Amino acid sequence: MIINHPLLGPRDSAEFVYMGDAALIDRPDPDTASPEDWHDYAYLRDNPAGEHRELWFHEGGDRSWLVVTRNTVTHEISKVELARDVARARGRST
Amino acid sequence: MTQPNRLNGGLIDHETRLKFIFDGKDYYGHPGDTLASALLANGVRLMGRSFKYHRPRGPLTAGSEEPNALVELRGGNRQEPNTRATTAELYDGLFAKSQNRFPSLAFDAMAINDRFSNFLTAGFYYKTFMWPAAFWEKIYEPIIRKAAGLGALSMRADPDEYDKGFRHCDLLITGAGPSGLMAALTAGRGGAEVILADEDFEMGGRLNAETLAINDAPARDWVVAALAELSSLPNVRLMPRTTVIGAFDHGIYGAVERVSDHLKTPAEGKPRQILWRIYTQKTLLCAGATERPIAFENNDRPGIMLASALRTYANRFAATPARRVAVFTNNDDGHRTARDLHAQGVKIAAVVDTRPDAQSSSDYEVLKGAQVIDSKGRLGLTFAEVKLADGSTRTIECGALGVSGGWNPNVHLTCHQRGRPTWNDDLAAFVPGDTLPPGLSVAGAANGSFSTHGALKSGAEAAKKALGLKGRLPKTPQAEDAPVSQTPFWYVEGCARAWLDQQNDVTVKDVKLSHQEGFRSVEHLKRYTTLGMATDQGKTSNLGGLAIMAELAGKSIPEVGTTIFRPPYTPVPIGTFGGRMRGMEFHPTRLTPSHFWAKERGAVFVEVGNWLRAQWFPIEGETHWRQSVDREVRQTRASVGVCDCTTLGKIDVQGTDAATFLNKIYCNGFAKLAVGKTRYGLMLREDGIAMDDGTAGRLAEDHFVVTTTTANAIKVYQHMEFVRQCLFPDLDVQLISTTEAWAQYAVAGPNSRKLLQKIVDPAFDISNDAFPFMACGNITVCGGLRARLFRISFSGELAFEIAVPSRYGDALMRKLMSEGEEFDVIPYGTEALGVMRIEKGHAAGNELNGTTTALNLGMGRMVSKAKDSIGSKLSERDGLNEDDALKQVGIKPLNPAEKITAGGHLMAADGPVDASHDQGYVTSAAFSPTLDHMIGLGFLKNGGDRLGEKMRLVSPVTDLTVEVEIVSAHFVDPEGERLRA
Amino acid sequence: MHDLAPITALGGTEPRIDTVAGVTLTEKPGLALASIAARHGKEAACRKHLKALLGSVPEPGKAKLRDPEAGFWMGPDFWMIGAPFDSHEDLAAQLVKRFGTSASVTEQTDAWAAFDLQGDGMEAVMELCCNLDIRQMQTGDAQRTSIHHLGCYVIRRDPTDWVRILGPRSSAGSLHHALHTAMKAAL
Repeated sequence: MIINHPLLGPRDSAEFVYMGDAALIDRPDPDTASPEDWHDYAYLRDNPAGEHRELWFHEGGDRSWLVVTRNTVTHEISKVELARDVARARGRST
Repeated sequence: MTQPNRLNGGLIDHETRLKFIFDGKDYYGHPGDTLASALLANGVRLMGRSFKYHRPRGPLTAGSEEPNALVELRGGNRQEPNTRATTAELYDGLFAKSQNRFPSLAFDAMAINDRFSNFLTAGFYYKTFMWPAAFWEKIYEPIIRKAAGLGALSMRADPDEYDKGFRHCDLLITGAGPSGLMAALTAGRGGAEVILADEDFEMGGRLNAETLAINDAPARDWVVAALAELSSLPNVRLMPRTTVIGAFDHGIYGAVERVSDHLKTPAEGKPRQILWRIYTQKTLLCAGATERPIAFENNDRPGIMLASALRTYANRFAATPARRVAVFTNNDDGHRTARDLHAQGVKIAAVVDTRPDAQSSSDYEVLKGAQVIDSKGRLGLTFAEVKLADGSTRTIECGALGVSGGWNPNVHLTCHQRGRPTWNDDLAAFVPGDTLPPGLSVAGAANGSFSTHGALKSGAEAAKKALGLKGRLPKTPQAEDAPVSQTPFWYVEGCARAWLDQQNDVTVKDVKLSHQEGFRSVEHLKRYTTLGMATDQGKTSNLGGLAIMAELAGKSIPEVGTTIFRPPYTPVPIGTFGGRMRGMEFHPTRLTPSHFWAKERGAVFVEVGNWLRAQWFPIEGETHWRQSVDREVRQTRASVGVCDCTTLGKIDVQGTDAATFLNKIYCNGFAKLAVGKTRYGLMLREDGIAMDDGTAGRLAEDHFVVTTTTANAIKVYQHMEFVRQCLFPDLDVQLISTTEAWAQYAVAGPNSRKLLQKIVDPAFDISNDAFPFMACGNITVCGGLRARLFRISFSGELAFEIAVPSRYGDALMRKLMSEGEEFDVIPYGTEALGVMRIEKGHAAGNELNGTTTALNLGMGRMVSKAKDSIGSKLSERDGLNEDDALKQVGIKPLNPAEKITAGGHLMAADGPVDASHDQGYVTSAAFSPTLDHMIGLGFLKNGGDRLGEKMRLVSPVTDLTVEVEIVSAHFVDPEGERLRA
Repeated sequence: MHDLAPITALGGTEPRIDTVAGVTLTEKPGLALASIAARHGKEAACRKHLKALLGSVPEPGKAKLRDPEAGFWMGPDFWMIGAPFDSHEDLAAQLVKRFGTSASVTEQTDAWAAFDLQGDGMEAVMELCCNLDIRQMQTGDAQRTSIHHLGCYVIRRDPTDWVRILGPRSSAGSLHHALHTAMKAAL
C-alpha cells in the first residue's frame, strides 16, 4: 500500500508500523474517567469492514504518527493526517 | 547428428550451435531456441510423464502457460524441478532431465496408473483413504508422498543469489506485443517515464511468431524498429525476461526479472533473478491472449498441441514436431497455422474444422463439419481419428496436430484485486471486467482486440488515455484487421478420457463426476477435481471445465462464473522471494564499539536481537563456558570488571516539559529528580502490565538521558513518540535516539572507582561524597574527551557506567584494560552480567515478560498515586491486586548440588503436582559462583510472605523435582552496602 | 588533547574505499553531526537561527548543502546539521550556543556511519538497495529510506552522480556489505 504522508508525499506502507484504531488517541481523563472507561479504552476496538481510522508510525521515515483513514475492504486510503494535529483537534492540548 | 525437424528462417541463429543434454543424450540447437523448440527440432516430442497417470506428454504450448513439458533443469545444487521447457532459453551446455518417470521416459513403471484410471478419478484421495484411521500415518501418507509432485529438489543449498529491487514509473506496460509496443511508443514519445516488461527474452509478442505484414513489410521489421526507437529514449526502460507477477495495492506491481537463467551460471556477483517492486501511476495490461484447446479422447499425446504453438515453433523457432501435421479448429485462426506450416514445406494432412461452412484451401484438404474424436500412438501421435460431417470416420496419419478452440484474453492481472472478468459472446471468452485495479487499463488481445490492427490501435489509444497525453496519436501502422470467426466448440461429445487440465491430469470425465456428486460451485469443482490448481493455474484448461459444467447444469458459462486468479502469474522460485535475506544477511548485524577489540580477545559472541554481544571471554586453560563465566563474576566482585553495555537503548529527552513527560511514561515520579542524579524507572503499558525498565539521568533541568533494555529500545522509543505526539501533543519535549552515538561501558567492582580515577580527568571528583550512588554528569576523560558518567549498578557492586563518543569506544576499552592491570581488571560478557543481576535480584526480560505488574515485581509501591502516568489507573484493578498475587522471590535448592531450572513451576512441599496446585514459576536461574550453588528468581503467590518456606520445584517435561527454599531475591548484598561504597 | 585514537565505523584506522565498474563507495568518518529540534512555541526563533546558519531552512525531503555547515530535514521541526569533523568536533556545543533555548540540540556524530556512493551507475545500485525514486531525486533532496532493513538518510549531492548515505553506525558493516553487494550485482 501507499500512504500519502502529509509532509513527505506517497510512501510505501512498508516504512510504517501499524498500531490500529486511532481511538487510542482518546485516552480517558484520569481525573474523571470510570474504570469502565479505562477498560473500554484499553481493550475495546472497532473492527469495521469499511472505513477505519488507524494509527501508523512512520518509523522508517520522519517518525510522525499518522492517522490514516483506510477502507479495510478495498484498502482505499481517503485521508492521512498528522496524529499530532488530530490529537490537538480532539482537545488533547493541555 | 542432424536436427530432423529443423525448418528454415525464424528468429534463431542457424550458424551457431549450442550443445545440450536431455535425459543423457546429446543434442544441439541454436541461439534463440527454447529447450522445447530445440528438442522438437531434434525430433523429440516426448518430454515428460503426467502427474497422476504417468501418460507420455510433450509440449502443449510454446510459452509460459505450458502444463506438460516440465523438466528438471540443470544438475547438482542448481537442479530446478518443474521448469517449463517452453520458456527455458537454450544455452551451450544446458542439462535437463525429464521427470516423473521410472526408470525412463519411454518406459515408465508407474504408467500402470493409467490402467487403473477408474480408481484415480476426482476425489480419489477423499474416497479411498478413509479408513482405517491407523493406516494414514504408516501406509497412505508414505504412498501419497512418494507419488506426489513431479520433479525432485536437489536437497542442497541453492548456490545462486537473488536480489530485490525497486523501480518507479508513470506507466508500466506489461507485455511487448503489438499493443504494448504501440503503447510504449506513444507514452515514450509523450515524455512519460515508461517501463515495458515482457516475460519473453525476445520482445514482440505474437508478432515474433506470425508471418503477418505491418506497413507491407514483415511484422518483425516493425518490431525491430520500434524496439530501436524505444531503446533510444532515456525515459523508456525495456525489461525483457521480466514477468509482471502481481498487481498489488495502490499501483505496486511485482515483477521477476530472470537475469541469468539463460546462462550456464550467473556471472560473478550477479543475481540469478531480481524481484522488482514497481511503483507506477498507471498500468497498461498488454498481456495478449492464450489459445485454448478442444477436448477429445486421448488429446494429450505428444505431438498434439495448440495450433498457435505449432505456428510459433515453425515461424519463430524454425522447428516442427513432425513433417506431416493436421489441424483441428473451430475458427479461422486455425487455418492460419495450416497456411504457415504449408509455406514452410510441412505437409498438411488435413484441416479438421467443426464448422460446416469453413473456408477451403487449394493447398490442402479441409474437412468441414468434422471432429477429431481420438488419437493413436504409444509415445507420440501417429494417427488422428476423425469423424466426418456425414458421420463416417477416417484415420489421418500425422505426427502433430494443432488444436484451436479460440482464444482467451490474459485477464489474470485484472483479477488480482478481486475483479471478475465478464463474458463476451462474440469472442466466446471472458474479457476484463469493469472493476479493474485502480490505475490499470487493458489493451490489445488481453482486452479482446484480437486483430493486429486492433492491438496496435488500442495500445496507442490506451496509453494516451491513461496518461492524459495531449496531441495526436502516432499513426497506426497498417496491419490485418480480421474479425474473430469461430463457433464455440469445447469438447467432442461422448469423450471421457479427454484431458482438460493436463498438468493435474483432470479429464472431462472428472468434471462430469464432480457434477454428478453434487459439486455445483465452480470453486468446489476446482478443489474437488484440482482443475486449474497446478502451477499453470489452468491457463489452458479452466474455460473448458467451466463450459462442460455449464452444459451439465443447463446454465450459461457466465452464470457458472470463474474462479479467481491470484498472484503470481507464473511460478516464482522461493529464493526470489527471499532475495538476499539468507544466512548472515537475514538481518543486519549490530556491532558494539568494543567488538573488534573483543574479537581480538577471543570473546564468544551471542546474538541479542540484531546485536552481537560478547557472551564471555575465555582465557587459556578454560575449556567450559562456566569456568569463564564464574571467573568473570568472582573477579568483578573481588576487584573490577568491564562490560560493554552500549546496546542498552539511550534516548535523549529534552525540553522544558521533559520531566513532566517522564512522569507520564514512568509509573514512578521524576519531576523532583535533581540535576546530576539518576533514577530507576519502570514503564507500564496502559493496561497496567510492566513494559520496560531502565534509568533516567538528569543532565540539566530540561535534559534527561533515558535508557531502555536492549530488546525494547525500538519499541520504547516508538511508545514515547506515541505519548508525545498523540496523547500530549503540546508538551515541550523533544526526543531522539542516541543509542549508537555513545560507547557505554559498565565498570563494576570494589576497585571500579580507583580504575576510573586513572581515566577521568582530575577536574572531576568522583569520590563517594562528590559522586555518590545514582549520580550522573558530563565529564571529560583521558585529557579532554567529552564523556558521561553514571553511578549506577546492575551487578550490585560499586559500579559506574561511562560513555564516550562511539569512535573512541575501542580506545577507551583498551585504556581501561591497560590502566586496570594493577587491579587485575577483566572484561565480562553477558553471561556474567546475567549471573550478577540474578544474584542481585534485578528483574530483566525474563521477569518483564508481558504478564507481570509492578506489584508482581515487588515494586507495587513505586506506582505513584500522586500523578497520572501511563498504566497507573489500570494497574489498580482488583484482578491485578489480589491478596495472593504473584511476587518476585529468590529460590535456592535445599541440597546445594541440585539444579534450578527456569520454566519450572513451584508446588507445595507435599500434595499433588498439577496445574490447579500451581503456586508460581521460575523465570531465571544461574549458578552463583558467589554462593557456590544454583539460584533462581521466580514469581510465587503471595511470595513476599513466604520467605523460608520449603517447596518443590517441578518440571514434568524434563522429569525434574527439586526441593527448594523460598528466599529473598537479593542473594548478594541485600542491604546495598557495596553499591553505595 | 586526549590520547584516545578513534576508529572508523567499519573498524579501521583509515576510511575504506571500494570501486566497482567506475562507481566508488567511500566511508566518510570526517563528519560531525548534531540534531536540532525546535522547542515548542519557539519554532520561529529556531527557524531564524537555522536560516542564519544555512542560508535557508530545509523543508521536508530537502537538504541545504553548504560549507562548512549543511543540514537536512528529519521530521516536523527537526533537522540534522553536519559539518567537517576536524573543525567541528564540538558541533553540538557550538549549536547550543547559537540556538539558545529555541532548540534542543543532540550530538549525533557517532550515531551514524556515512558513505559516499559516486559514479555513473549510482542509480542502478540504489535501485537494488531502496525504494527511493532515485531517478527523480535532485541535488539537494534528502530522503529517509530503508537499506537492508536499516533506516538510512540518502542525500543527493552535486554532481548528481553522487549520493551520501547515512546509516546507523553499529550496522556500518552490514550496510557496507549491502551497498557493495548491490554494486557488484548492478554494475
